[in-house]
Amino acid sequence: MLSDLTLMLIKLAFLAVLWLFVIMAVGVIRTDLFGSAPRKTKRARSPEPRRPKAAPRGRRNEPRSLVVTKGPLAGTTLNLSSHPIVIGRAKDATLVINDDYASGRHARIYSDNGRWVVEDLGSTNGTYLGQQRLTRPQPVSVGQPIRIGKTVLELRK
Amino acid sequence: MSDALSTALPPVKRRNAELVMLLLAIGVTLFAFAEAGLTRNGELPPGLFAYGVTFGGLSLLAHVFIRFFAPWADPLLLPLATVLNGLGLAMIWRLLDATGDTENGSAMSQLIWTAISMIVFALIVFFLKEPRILQRYPYIMALSAVVLLLLPLIPGLGMTINGARQWISIPGLGSMQPSEFAKIALVIFLSGYMVTKRDVLSLASRRVKIGPVKIIDLPRMRDTAPMAVAWGFCIIVMVALMNDLGTSLLLFGTFLAMIYVATQRSSWIIIGLAAFFGACLALYPLVYHFSVRVDTWLNAFDPDVYNGELGANSQQLVRGLFAMGEGGILGTGLGGGKPGNVPEVQNDFIFTAFGEELGLTGCMVILLTLALLVQRGMRIALASRELFVKMFASGISFLLGFQSFVVIGGVTRVIPMTGATIPFVAKGGSALLASWIMLALLVRMSNNARKPAPQAIQDEGATQVISR
Repeated sequence: MLSDLTLMLIKLAFLAVLWLFVIMAVGVIRTDLFGSAPRKTKRARSPEPRRPKAAPRGRRNEPRSLVVTKGPLAGTTLNLSSHPIVIGRAKDATLVINDDYASGRHARIYSDNGRWVVEDLGSTNGTYLGQQRLTRPQPVSVGQPIRIGKTVLELRK
Repeated sequence: MSDALSTALPPVKRRNAELVMLLLAIGVTLFAFAEAGLTRNGELPPGLFAYGVTFGGLSLLAHVFIRFFAPWADPLLLPLATVLNGLGLAMIWRLLDATGDTENGSAMSQLIWTAISMIVFALIVFFLKEPRILQRYPYIMALSAVVLLLLPLIPGLGMTINGARQWISIPGLGSMQPSEFAKIALVIFLSGYMVTKRDVLSLASRRVKIGPVKIIDLPRMRDTAPMAVAWGFCIIVMVALMNDLGTSLLLFGTFLAMIYVATQRSSWIIIGLAAFFGACLALYPLVYHFSVRVDTWLNAFDPDVYNGELGANSQQLVRGLFAMGEGGILGTGLGGGKPGNVPEVQNDFIFTAFGEELGLTGCMVILLTLALLVQRGMRIALASRELFVKMFASGISFLLGFQSFVVIGGVTRVIPMTGATIPFVAKGGSALLASWIMLALLVRMSNNARKPAPQAIQDEGATQVISR
């Protein structure tokens, strides 16, 4: 027969393994909800179309920044570079907005040869340029309001 | 909300996560066997290898099968079911084989039923490509549910065990409990029915006001017909004819949950619960079996009730409560307790055996595993795009959760003991098979829900090629 101490240890080890199972299961769900590690973020962005690296600069009306004018993040400013900007609630978005009416990856703003274009990424509640809901990528000019849920953004010089 | 989340992340299969979880689940099972053997006899159980190879091999095969035929399925469904089934198997082995109690069957029959269930699981996942096709035959499903429920009433075929007439005997195979499968057929029928009748059930209403205050939106009289039929059927047939309170409660609960999911109107629940409890209150002095159950629940510790005649006393319930109290926080260790003091512990009361030997810590794991299974099912309902699948997935997961509640609530004396089994855990072939069938349906539905939709033509490449 085994000693009581051994049996006690076996018992505790078994309970620990049971809980390990539950904790790992919760971990799987967590990754399912929020995505895991930076590795996945990279993978998520890679399928985006590559934009020309350096947009020709020096045009008169070229915007330099993206400003949030309304909504929870009002006042936030993002400097524009040649990289596309993804707006949404997901952690890997460039501009993470905490807005109940926004989707995970809601919209993308990118530069197409110096012209800035906004594109809806299949969001639930839609992206509005002025009064119109986007159905396909549309060029944006400086000062034109882009509405996502309760958040309004615009390009500034 | 769910759309926002599901578009937020790139679709992932996560089959390797499933494999890791499954290996851990098999490990838990083997550990349970080993611990029970070591504690009881001081040696590893002789059948450990055979059980391990059969059970582990079968669940790994199921995993490989999912990899090929349902690669987008939720990664947690199979491991959660496997760990529950494995724990149940180990506990049954410990209760019957390790104590030399061969009268009540053995873990081997449970293992055979596990094998059969996993094969049926694979067949369903393989053949039922679109669960939507089940939507086509709601009334056939309803009819088969009724037939299955009434089968035990046929003289010669039906068997009465412990006062409830819910088994049929099949020569050469033993006994089956057709009501387990009737539940699934009923969920299919209700999903199909609710999809077509959803609007009329949720919109047409009469508003009851006292002064300017809105009290409740009552449905129109004629729309209450399905509710009345379900209620009448559950009450009259189940309670009066077959004394099967558990199935009756489960069916009516599932019906209420599904009508609520379809219409989002609380008035249905209020009406349904009021009608059900009204009928229970009216019937319980009249139906002997029913009043016994209520009596043993309310006055369980009364000596007269405890020592009452066979089948009408509260011995099982009280001993189960003491067994769980004996377990305390950490339990006595698998094999270390005396769960055999509870009569028929391997069936409905298996939870008390877990309570005694694994303690509160282990019971919480079982409850959490069941809860996670239900949560994954509800998540499928949220993620799916089809109304029928939404209804079906939420119906099945509610059924699994409610069944666990009815059993565990019964053995812990929260509600009257009604006679149902914890999904996947308890001994019983038909119950196990029915649970695995429900799991197969969930796996198939989650595969279809999580599979990424074909790329829209507007996206990315295609547009650019045309514009060039």
